[in-house]
Amino acid sequence: MSFFGLKNLGSKIALTALGFSLIPLLALGITMYSMFASAYHDKVRSNLVTLAENKRQSIDLFLREQVSQLRTIAHTHSIEDLSSPEVLDKILTTIQMGSRTLIDLGLIGEDGRHISYAGPYNLAEINYKNEDWFHRVMVRKIYVSDVFEGFRGFPHLIIAVKVQVKGKAWILRATIDSDIFDSLVRWLQLGDRGDAYLVNRAGELQTRPRFGNKSKEIYKHFLGTPFVGARVSEFGDQKHKIFVEGIWLEQKEWLLVIEDDVQSELRPLFETQAATWALGGGGAALIIIGTLLISRMIVVQQERNEREQARLNEELIQSSKMAALGKLAAGVAHEVNNPLAVIREKAGWMRDLLEEEDVQGSENFKEFEDAVDKIEQHVERAGAVVHRMLGFARRMEPICNDVYLNDVLKHTTVFLDNEIKFRGIELIWHLGTDVPAIQSDASQLQQVFLNLLDNAIDAINRNGIITISTSFDRGSDSVCVSIRDNGPGIDKEVQQRLFDPFFTTKKVGEGTGLGLSISYSIVNKLGGTIRFESEVGHGTEFIIIFPVRHYDRNE
Amino acid sequence: MTETNKTPIAPVHAGPSVLVVDDEYDFLETLVKRLERRGFLVRGAHSGHEALRMLEQTSYDVIILDVMMPGMDGIETLREIKLAWPKTQVILLSGHGGEEMGLRGMAYGAYTYLLKPVSLKKLVETAHLAYEEAGLG
Repeated sequence: MSFFGLKNLGSKIALTALGFSLIPLLALGITMYSMFASAYHDKVRSNLVTLAENKRQSIDLFLREQVSQLRTIAHTHSIEDLSSPEVLDKILTTIQMGSRTLIDLGLIGEDGRHISYAGPYNLAEINYKNEDWFHRVMVRKIYVSDVFEGFRGFPHLIIAVKVQVKGKAWILRATIDSDIFDSLVRWLQLGDRGDAYLVNRAGELQTRPRFGNKSKEIYKHFLGTPFVGARVSEFGDQKHKIFVEGIWLEQKEWLLVIEDDVQSELRPLFETQAATWALGGGGAALIIIGTLLISRMIVVQQERNEREQARLNEELIQSSKMAALGKLAAGVAHEVNNPLAVIREKAGWMRDLLEEEDVQGSENFKEFEDAVDKIEQHVERAGAVVHRMLGFARRMEPICNDVYLNDVLKHTTVFLDNEIKFRGIELIWHLGTDVPAIQSDASQLQQVFLNLLDNAIDAINRNGIITISTSFDRGSDSVCVSIRDNGPGIDKEVQQRLFDPFFTTKKVGEGTGLGLSISYSIVNKLGGTIRFESEVGHGTEFIIIFPVRHYDRNE
Repeated sequence: MTETNKTPIAPVHAGPSVLVVDDEYDFLETLVKRLERRGFLVRGAHSGHEALRMLEQTSYDVIILDVMMPGMDGIETLREIKLAWPKTQVILLSGHGGEEMGLRGMAYGAYTYLLKPVSLKKLVETAHLAYEEAGLG
């Protein structure tokens, strides 16, 4: 699989994992939240309805109490008593000892004039005959007014009770302190921004709301025919949303309007929403990070596996190539060996014959002798090549001994001392002092090092540096030999074929192209690995790694 | 045949008798001529079977036997020879990497084994040594 394919795999894994974890998380979050929200909304609404009912009851109770108090006064006192301002005053004082709800009391005759009056205002001379409420109370016997300014010039409401004695009618009237009424209505507000007030059927305010003037829009839809029970609606924009409850009083056709701040009512819900978002967001972030990490890890691992696989494949290809070429080399060598042996013998025979006197007397004797020399010389050369080919092909059976790589390297360079000096090459040693002995074959290793050093010298040609280093890696329990030259480096194309048998960059006759492939098979056989790093213009480094303990592969 | 007095090493046919066994005709022919020139009484055989037939007719002091031969190989031939003529000295010639074969041959009673390519000088020396040892034995 290519690395592009791996990237694809990574994003596929990530997307799948994200899909399978984020979608349920999202679904869970949304479902839970919406279920909770609707349950909470219902709960809040039913709470508001209950509260509105309670409030209505308390206001109704208050009004009923006031009316019945007035009726009690009217029916427990004779008209004569009530006609006396002193008695009326005494009654008012007595009532006011209990509560300051009533501000004044007045007894009004059929003609609309005050018969007696107790209270702070100077109303004794006022005639109510033409007042609307006066006519109503004459008809209905009991009357609770809307809030109006009346003769006093400030808002108030009155209750009036008709008393009929012997065909004559009187009206006992009381003023209710609108402040006390206001505060009663406002009592038990909900939240910081809650409000409560009364409006009449025309939608006029009957009590002072807590917060300024009220738009009729808020409760407009509750007006009209009074209904039983409380209704809840919402008002305002998303930012300043309020709940509006409307409920009609029983005692009077007044609408109790209660406002509740959605924000404060639904605070737990909003907190839940925030918590849901935070938890969901946090969870999603964790899932995303985790998924990306895991998919990255999988991709990295996969890459590593593939690289390892590619390396193994390469090694396998290399070693099977070696084996095939080894067989080929052996076959060729054997085939070439026989004719060579014949040529060698024939040349020997010619040499034997050259000793004959008649031949020695021949004018071309020197030419013959030279020719035989050359034939023998080149048969030897061909024989050497065949010998090396067979050496490459032959199944090596290394002898295992304790081998100190540092010593082997030192001994090997002795062979090359003269050449190194002659070519002006500097040899730098970085031998690890802790390099342990390995189980290996010293002479075969020497051949490998000799090959590599030979190549390094050839690469440098003149005036350069060869660095020989050894080190011990305790972690992998292996030793490493590095031979580095600062020669011209190896071309990319050549790099691919470097270990191939018969591949050489040297002049014909100078190299067989077997040095590195033999080195490769020796190192392989000895249980090690050989690789190189080369950069054109900077030089080449060969790195050989041997395990300290080597168990033969055949064992 | 060349004249006797002109060979520097030894008079013709005065030395030990040698049978060379090799399947390569040109090699065999040349080796026979060169050994004759060095004073041996030499005959050549192209195969193990031919060598055995020739041994039945004449006895030889030393046999130079190629290991790698088609049909009856050197080791088989060696065993047959050693069974019938145990006193005959056999020098094995083995190809490259033939040490193992050579050692096996030694175990079957070969005098020694030489690795190809071998110089004629070495072969002659070895043949003389083998002959002398046979004489002593």
